[in-house]
Amino acid sequence: MSTAPKVVIVDYGMGNLFSVRQALAAVGQDADIVATADRLTTADAIVIPGVGAFGIAMEVLQRTGMADTIKERVSRGTPLVGICLGLQLMMASSTEFGHHRGLGLIEGDTAALRDSPELSPAARIPHVGWSAISPARSHAWDGTPLDVVAPGTDMYFVHSYYVRPSDPTVTLSTSQYLGKTFCSSLATGNLFGCQFHPERSGPHGLAVYRRIVAAIRAAQPLGGLR
Amino acid sequence: MTDRQAAGPNIRIIPRLDIKGTNLVKGIHLEGLRVLGQPADFARAYYAEGADELLFVDIVASLYQRNQLLPLILDTAKEMYIPLTVAGGLRSLDDIRNVLRAGADKAALNTAAIRNPDLISEAALAFGSSTVVVSIEAKKMPHGGYEAYTDCGRERTGREVTAWAIEAERRGAGEILITSIDREGTGSGFDLELTRMITGAVSVPVVASGGAGRTEDVTTVIAQADVSGVAVASVLHYEFIARSGRSAASFSRIVPASMTGLKQAILAAGERTRVPTAAFSA
Repeated sequence: MSTAPKVVIVDYGMGNLFSVRQALAAVGQDADIVATADRLTTADAIVIPGVGAFGIAMEVLQRTGMADTIKERVSRGTPLVGICLGLQLMMASSTEFGHHRGLGLIEGDTAALRDSPELSPAARIPHVGWSAISPARSHAWDGTPLDVVAPGTDMYFVHSYYVRPSDPTVTLSTSQYLGKTFCSSLATGNLFGCQFHPERSGPHGLAVYRRIVAAIRAAQPLGGLR
Repeated sequence: MTDRQAAGPNIRIIPRLDIKGTNLVKGIHLEGLRVLGQPADFARAYYAEGADELLFVDIVASLYQRNQLLPLILDTAKEMYIPLTVAGGLRSLDDIRNVLRAGADKAALNTAAIRNPDLISEAALAFGSSTVVVSIEAKKMPHGGYEAYTDCGRERTGREVTAWAIEAERRGAGEILITSIDREGTGSGFDLELTRMITGAVSVPVVASGGAGRTEDVTTVIAQADVSGVAVASVLHYEFIARSGRSAASFSRIVPASMTGLKQAILAAGERTRVPTAAFSA
């Protein structure tokens, strides 16, 4: 794809969509904020941003028909980026305030940091701040949007829940919070999701956005060639 | 202590920019306000040096019944890709929505939350808990304990701060910003007793504000009060002014330090904080 692709940011009524749009603009990519299913059907790439509650976000996605359209688009190969809650929504289910079904694009679930036995009882929740991301195994980042940042780079996190993919090989990076090691990003096929906020992680975060946009324009899969 | 340090999270250093009209100002205890310059110049320097967040406070918003920072937030968000918190005069869900739409990540509520605590729950439901900061301005009471104040320390509320912090957390605040009115602008160090009361009472992150006059004040509140973040104003502002070659008729109790200097001191004290590395391709 040589012309600028059409990138849309999914608006489910809560998150700070504007910083995501601003970060995309900073790397030369316009993006529309959309709240209806019909406007997703012509998108070349879809971004689901973060912040908010899982159940409420899923309810909006289902009521508007956006959930079905996203799943349909992804099955046809449209790149999808999920950030923070957007990553969590990609999972099959969540236990946040009861049991909720997610988009089911990735096998696995979302669990509360607080319920993790490894987490220090002194840990403050939500986990807010800058934490390092480390490759889940050697060469885990090759060919993915993270291959432009060094292992150990600090990224900005704000979350109380984390994802547990069933297939550990989709995990790109792990991060730690007071004894708990969790999946901080994953990718497979044309899906990329990160628990941290690259739009709030300074120049390194912008580098990740630049890499995402380059992959979309070159029609390279976000999950690399694995 | 060692365990916490070994696996502890990075402490956030948060430049606090008090704004009046379009100017960055600093209240000097009992001496009124001094205009320091254009907030964007300061914010840009702190961002480049690795500030972990920025806190913008409209200090006259309560007088004018509205937050006037929207243009500044819009411009800042176009340039700086770290979390931005906005405080001052946010009274309704619409007010919060407007600052978020301008590019803020978090809205700090004080006066409106005290008058109508339901606003905290409603905002947490509408925008997510992590978006909602409850800002508590505290003054020591003559016979012990602390009382919450509003309107930049002008109005008493009758609320004891610990009970108020616990209620704010229960209602969905994702973070508490605790400011000592007694120390604010004095450069005499953070109120450790007050800060410890709050960090001991809630399990959400707590950011300490008010009183930093030198690097040691920052390392002390980190070592002794279990804070997640530290808001710093004069120490950073006067260093930036001096570096810019302007006359720095600094308040005598302030010992200026740069963001880099603060972070190095925190690391030297055995605590953790982010030290930014050069970007590959940004």
